[in-house]
Amino acid sequence: MKNLNAKIASIPMIFTALVIFVGCTAWTIYHSFTNSRLLPNNNWVGFDQYERLWDTKRWIVSVGNLAIYGVCSLVISVIIGFVLAALLDRKIRFEGVFRSIFLFPFALSFIVTGLVWQWILNPEFGVQKVLQSLGWENVTFDPLYNPDLVIYGILIAGIWQGSGLIMCVMLAGLRGIDGDIWKATRVDGIKTWKTYIFVIIPMMKPVFVTALVLIASGIIKVYDLVLAQTSGGPGIASEVPAKYVYDKMFNAQNLGQGFAASTMMLVSVAIVLIPWAYLQFGGKKND
Amino acid sequence: MSNNMQSSISIRDLKLSFGSFDVLKNLNLEIGKGEFLVLLGSSGCGKSTLLNCIAGLLDVTDGQIFINGKNVTWEEPSDRGIGMVFQSYALYPQMTVKGNLAFGLKNAKVPKAEIEKRIARTAEVLQIESLLTRKPAALSGGQRQRVAIGRALVRHVDVFLFDEPLSNLDAKLRADLRVEIKRLHHQLKNTMIYVTHDQVEAMTLADRIAIMKGGVVMQLDSPSIIYNRPANKYVADFIGSPAMNFYQGTLDKDNNFRGDGLSLSVTGYPFEEGRVAQNQQVWLGIRPEHIRSADAAQQCAVQMGAIVELVEPMGSDTQIWSVVDKQNYRFRVDGQTEMTEGDSIRIGFDPENLSLFDRDSELRL
Ligand SMILES: Nc1ncnc2c1ncn2[C@@H]1O[C@H](COP(=O)(O)OP(=O)(O)OP(=O)(O)O)[C@@H](O)[C@H]1O
Ligand SMILES: [Mg+2]
Repeated sequence: MKNLNAKIASIPMIFTALVIFVGCTAWTIYHSFTNSRLLPNNNWVGFDQYERLWDTKRWIVSVGNLAIYGVCSLVISVIIGFVLAALLDRKIRFEGVFRSIFLFPFALSFIVTGLVWQWILNPEFGVQKVLQSLGWENVTFDPLYNPDLVIYGILIAGIWQGSGLIMCVMLAGLRGIDGDIWKATRVDGIKTWKTYIFVIIPMMKPVFVTALVLIASGIIKVYDLVLAQTSGGPGIASEVPAKYVYDKMFNAQNLGQGFAASTMMLVSVAIVLIPWAYLQFGGKKND
Repeated sequence: MSNNMQSSISIRDLKLSFGSFDVLKNLNLEIGKGEFLVLLGSSGCGKSTLLNCIAGLLDVTDGQIFINGKNVTWEEPSDRGIGMVFQSYALYPQMTVKGNLAFGLKNAKVPKAEIEKRIARTAEVLQIESLLTRKPAALSGGQRQRVAIGRALVRHVDVFLFDEPLSNLDAKLRADLRVEIKRLHHQLKNTMIYVTHDQVEAMTLADRIAIMKGGVVMQLDSPSIIYNRPANKYVADFIGSPAMNFYQGTLDKDNNFRGDGLSLSVTGYPFEEGRVAQNQQVWLGIRPEHIRSADAAQQCAVQMGAIVELVEPMGSDTQIWSVVDKQNYRFRVDGQTEMTEGDSIRIGFDPENLSLFDRDSELRL
């Protein structure tokens, strides 16, 4: 009886969730198979939009950029975050100061970060200029103006902003580890780096999962960074999928194309998430 | 006890400070080969700190530590020939029991066959053969602590250090494992240093007990001497449950104690060597089990009438709180004895069972 009441009480919530998430998603997917332009319509065109999408150079570049940015920021943020946390955990002085310094960028919005790094990486007044005025006349360091490097310029800014938070999460995880474990490894004669790799990191699995989720949410926000730093340039060299969707839907008045692109994004997220969720929740019973 | 034995661990003028706070002050300790030494003291007295210094997990501020005649003051823990067992077990959670036992050995490049042999032997001694493939999470507290002991055993070392290994276990398991540790000591004959704040563990396990307070060893003696002839008032008060009864008064040259409603002759009291009664302020202490009641009281040299204030039945025996002249007398009677609150009873005791302490120095007379 109590259970039934609880179920009845949660119906509005379930209903809202269904309408918003499932309903809107279904609506989007459906319209990606139409030739909607300024307004959605019902003219069924099959996979036309998708064929056109994968024939577009700009979309291919966007997907490539996101892949590079995603993989690199995942790997580098985890490494930097963990190493910083491990250093801080070695009971150094002024820990609070360092923690604030590393965490500070996270307090900035992506737009501000983007603008700051646009200046730093600008050859006219940034790093290149400083190096040249110090005597290295023919140094060139202008990643944002080089189509081959521009995504890495954006990556630097992204990592600068995101690593502090990852560090804090990792530090909390390290602090949660029983000090006796460290003593036991010292009595066993295990070197510090080996202890980290074989004992500490395996113990921190849940912390790493949390960190990955945080980084993944940062990867989705790369759109803001691109907008602030390069607006997708030079040319189309730093385009990302979210920007493609936005431009198609609101600037090019090509809703069908935008829907197809966003459906592709949804599919790729699903490809990553479904096996993960299966492993995480389905595999529990025989763990 | 250790005098005629070669010493296994020798600690000389050990000092350890955290900043300006001295935790250990000029500590000296000789521990014989194969001796079971218990470090006992209240929380925060520096027991774990001392153990960690011996293990090499803390850098000493001053002084030296010798293990088996070798100065190890600045050696790494793994090079000191020690094994250690922690209160929180400190097992590596992602490894199986076997992995836990093997990790240190593999790292020290002990040959595979040797590792297998040692693990098999250890598992047999500790009866954990059936647990070898499990992870620590799938073990009970007692089993985990067995594995932790095993991890010290496979190292084939002469010295074992235990830091309150049984504190996280329930009473029954604690008693079981305590016996097992004692059996293990008889079997292996290693030197063992065992930190605890449980008196029962200390009394039952130790060859010698070191009572610590504020980073200083107050008394280092066999359990029976610690119990029967405590060197000072702190030790007397700390050991024994319920605690010793204390009364203040003066002792005159003719062995008469007067104070707190008591007036008695302590003729027959076993004074420490070189001490005799003189006019001085003293503490008089009586252990609860040395106070007799009812018929037994009639044979005692000192007798008085008391009112029962509180009765605490404990099963095998009963604790009685009684009052004489506003002074409390705690004592113990057989569990079968009938006594109720408000009863008038006779109690008594004999002077040879007393403890007398100087009021200023608090040292035993
Ligand atoms: N890292 C540290 N920094 C500063 N003070 C410390 C540190 N470790 C211990 N102390 C202090 O040293 C004293 C002795 O600590 P220790 O851990 O040796 O006590 P203990 O006798 O083992 O107590 P317990 O029975 O509670 O384990 C305590 O007063 C404690 O506050
Ligand atoms: Mg302790």
